[in-house]
Amino acid sequence: MAVVETRDLTKVFKEGQLGAVNNVNLETREGEFLVFLGPSGSGKTTLLRMIAGLETPTSGEILIGGQVVNDLSPRERRIAMVFQSYALYPHLSVYKNIAFPLKAQNVKKELHKEKVEWAASLLGIGALLDRKPRELSGGERQRVALARAIVREPAVFLLDEPLSNLDAKLRASAREELERFHRRVGTTTIYVTHDQVEAMAMGDRVMVLNKGVVRQLGTPTDVYDNPADTFVATFLGSPPMNLAELGDVIVGFRPEHFRPVSTVTDAAVPFRFKVENIEYLGSEWIVSGTLAGGKLEGKKVFSRLSSAQNLQLSGTYDFAVPQNHLKFFDRSSEKRVEPRAVSWQQHATK
Amino acid sequence: MFSPAVLYILLLVGGPFFLAIFYAFSDARIGNAEMHFVGLENFRSILQSPSFRVAIRNSFIFTICSQIVVIVGANILAISLEKTFRGRGIIRFLILLPWVAPIALGAIGWKWILDSIYSVITWVLVAIHIYKPFSAPMWLGEPRLAIASVLLVHSWRLMPFSTVILLAGRTAIPKDIPEAAAVDGAGFWRTQLQIVIPMMRPIISVAVLFGLIFTFTDMTVVYILTAGGPFDSTQTLPSLAFALGIQGSDLAAGAAISLFLVPLLVIIAYFMLRVAHRAEVN
Repeated sequence: MAVVETRDLTKVFKEGQLGAVNNVNLETREGEFLVFLGPSGSGKTTLLRMIAGLETPTSGEILIGGQVVNDLSPRERRIAMVFQSYALYPHLSVYKNIAFPLKAQNVKKELHKEKVEWAASLLGIGALLDRKPRELSGGERQRVALARAIVREPAVFLLDEPLSNLDAKLRASAREELERFHRRVGTTTIYVTHDQVEAMAMGDRVMVLNKGVVRQLGTPTDVYDNPADTFVATFLGSPPMNLAELGDVIVGFRPEHFRPVSTVTDAAVPFRFKVENIEYLGSEWIVSGTLAGGKLEGKKVFSRLSSAQNLQLSGTYDFAVPQNHLKFFDRSSEKRVEPRAVSWQQHATK
Repeated sequence: MFSPAVLYILLLVGGPFFLAIFYAFSDARIGNAEMHFVGLENFRSILQSPSFRVAIRNSFIFTICSQIVVIVGANILAISLEKTFRGRGIIRFLILLPWVAPIALGAIGWKWILDSIYSVITWVLVAIHIYKPFSAPMWLGEPRLAIASVLLVHSWRLMPFSTVILLAGRTAIPKDIPEAAAVDGAGFWRTQLQIVIPMMRPIISVAVLFGLIFTFTDMTVVYILTAGGPFDSTQTLPSLAFALGIQGSDLAAGAAISLFLVPLLVIIAYFMLRVAHRAEVN
């Protein structure tokens, strides 16, 4: 097990252009499950590939277990990587796929069988060892890829969107399996995804990236409840955080905190809400509409409710947001700032 | 709908083929209108002729050895041409040249390079004092060297074709796979020998099968370089058939020799079709 560290890590693909990864500083914790989360093109995969040694950094340092590994080849970094496509060797049986890293690292031949069987049983694929990758389902392939990664007991696991090729139903169970797998082996893991649900569910910590820049690094609760800037605020959550400009600040609140005034018991800021669309999603309702009256007249907002049966299209209702759930961002830098008093024009604080 | 193709095959392939079978059992000669059925007489006399045995041996040596050289060389070229570097386009073009130039032109070029008097190679070897003037080897005049020379030219000629096919095969392998091998701890050689090249097996088989047919049926290289000499030592089945049947006027013998190509080509064709079929299924 080891800690991965990057210092001012930068990757510029074409000179003169904006870097794919810019001055990233991070330090994993021992045995942690760290998620890189960002939209496509945010540099998360490039960052992972630099840590793996598949991409050469333009500047900055990478340390694994305290040792600078910039000039080490992937094989010398003691890492294992699971690719988005799984990259199984199609001409080799599952057994030979899993045994390949052992062979490549000159592990004694007598130990191969034992280790392959150990890795296969850990992932429940002991019965598939004679098959070829093309005879496996997506979920089985993913497990083979994981077994191939774990078999030589690496210091660090790198996973590049390993669930994105699975269908929705399989993804949930594969996610759970991955979590359990990580708890069992306890190896430091870096996981790249663009799926916020995966990031929130699996990460001990989540690093949100955009345009090659780290926007926030924190626990899932941190990034969700206290987003560092408006990008993080809107990237996480579905529907995203409602944002409204008010003077020199941007005020934000999550849809689930925007509720009919009768259900809010804390100190709250009231709004008039004109309902324009109602979606029933089974366990919850997503209501969208515009604010009415005051400085935010006409601002489009979402509300997430456990029940919206008493709301009607085109009706206008009294809604409110508990004061402690209002987030404030600086209008020019878009960074979060301390809560401050703003004039809403409707001062009736309950 | 297929009739033009069928007609073409019947006239240009089927016609000569059946004519050859017909001649092989006769005593047909150029300039002689009479023809008799002689049964297996032609085959019997061919099998007893030492030139024929040498030709069979040479056909196999040239075909198999040049394919080994070509596949090794083409893999090396394909690996080095895969990466992008300055001037890659020009180098790719130069490598393809031997394939696009007519065989005869290339072979004549090599005839000069290997000539007993004007050979560039000899000149260089003399200049760097490896050989004394006038005692250098006769590249095309000594049986062993002549065989090696023919082999060299065959390999030179087929290399570009295989390189292009293998390059295409390499680009079809997802980039993830060699990367996964690198992360798994495999170095360059292990990645190539245990992952990439085995994955390219179907495409390599295509290159090899085509190469086998091109070399096995080719008579231009031998004919221009050595005309089968010295002392029939570089004769192959096609060149011997031509020498006996056309130049020596013994149509029947030439036809009988060329029929020996058929079973081999049928086997190769069978494997080609199998590879094509497998590619279709996958």
